[in-house]
Amino acid sequence: MDTGNHYDTIVIGGGPAGLTAGIYLSRARVKTLILNEGAAGGQMVLTHEIANYPGVETISGYQLSAIMKKQALSFGCKIRSNISIAATELYGDIKKITLSDGSYYTSDTVVIASGGRPRMLGIPGEDELRGKGISYCATCDGDFFTGKEIIVVGGGNSALEEAVSLTKYARKVTVVHQFDHFQAFEYAVREAEDNPAINFLMETVVASFDGQEKLESVLLKNLRTDELTRLRTDGAFIFIGYVPNTEFLRGVIEMNSSGEIIVDDHMATSIKGVFAAGDSIVKRYRQVTTAVGDGTIAALAATAYINEMKMQRKETAVI
Amino acid sequence: MLYTNLKHLETAEDFKKAVSENENVMIICGRMGPMCIPVYEIAEELENEYSHVSFYDMDFDNPASSVLRSLPETYGFMGLPFTFYFKNGKVVKATSSIQSMDQVKTILNSEFPVAVKA
Repeated sequence: MDTGNHYDTIVIGGGPAGLTAGIYLSRARVKTLILNEGAAGGQMVLTHEIANYPGVETISGYQLSAIMKKQALSFGCKIRSNISIAATELYGDIKKITLSDGSYYTSDTVVIASGGRPRMLGIPGEDELRGKGISYCATCDGDFFTGKEIIVVGGGNSALEEAVSLTKYARKVTVVHQFDHFQAFEYAVREAEDNPAINFLMETVVASFDGQEKLESVLLKNLRTDELTRLRTDGAFIFIGYVPNTEFLRGVIEMNSSGEIIVDDHMATSIKGVFAAGDSIVKRYRQVTTAVGDGTIAALAATAYINEMKMQRKETAVI
Repeated sequence: MLYTNLKHLETAEDFKKAVSENENVMIICGRMGPMCIPVYEIAEELENEYSHVSFYDMDFDNPASSVLRSLPETYGFMGLPFTFYFKNGKVVKATSSIQSMDQVKTILNSEFPVAVKA
């Protein structure tokens, strides 16, 4: 085996769960590699301001990720970002992760902290018009819609809070939601309903986004009557929740019907030596703090597993 | 102010110099936002591999970035970052909003191919 490619632990994902696991593992002298398909920080960098991370009054998600990354690197953790995983072999004592460029790494344990990503609608026009009227980030792109009419798709906390925040720019915001009620907390619903610039289209979905060079209109479908109507709009912001990044493990590891990985109290998955943490696991509350907690537990459990393996190997060698 | 490891363009003169003195140039014009940061990181990672390309960023909120924001290629762009690819001083490709590593590499490979020595 080429030991240059072998690590004690490979962490898949570089968000708060993965970086925390990297910090704890490397500090415990466990040779660790973080493989990250996106930028370090994961969804944490989506947060403009974090004000509820204990010990830090306020910090941007980007800054907090940068610090976590620096901490992990300072303990000797290796990080490879913007890679693409082509295959995983997780059964057996030696795990193998192959990247799309053909290179591969092996390890004794794997911590899956692949996180989640904003859910897309997956309807015609969405890919083509992203960045040309369709956005998933109000703080990034809100000011392009100053004085314009836009729609917000979704009915959870993010959708309603962002709808309110977008009224700083847009003249009129129409919230399009598939159900007859919102899933958001009462305060968020009330704030949106009290805002005169916001109106609502309930039990309605977007069937397509249309426009030549940029978004010009959406085709809406009323779910109660099946009636199709066209609405002219300058922009569409989509906040319909998150999906776990676990497609590459489907059929390999035990998951629930939403694609979230099932773990025990020690973040151990259905495969020996494979642990999981953060937004990719089954859990109710998804916060930076809970991801950090998961990452810690997964790292400690992985370290214990590695030590146990080493002891067993030593005993076998003696016999 | 962009906190990246890329070379920063601060003025219109910086921009003119960058695109006139380098054959292949990629410029990312954005903020320190969630859609922009991944594109800066991709460029940082590709700097060594694509040594025949010069990588820069420019702060979208810097008034001097109007040299980029006013380019006709940005018509319809409503998502940061705006990413531009210049060959011999001319825009050959521009994208709006976040891009993946594969998307950026595809553009770099098609617009700035490495000349194969016979």
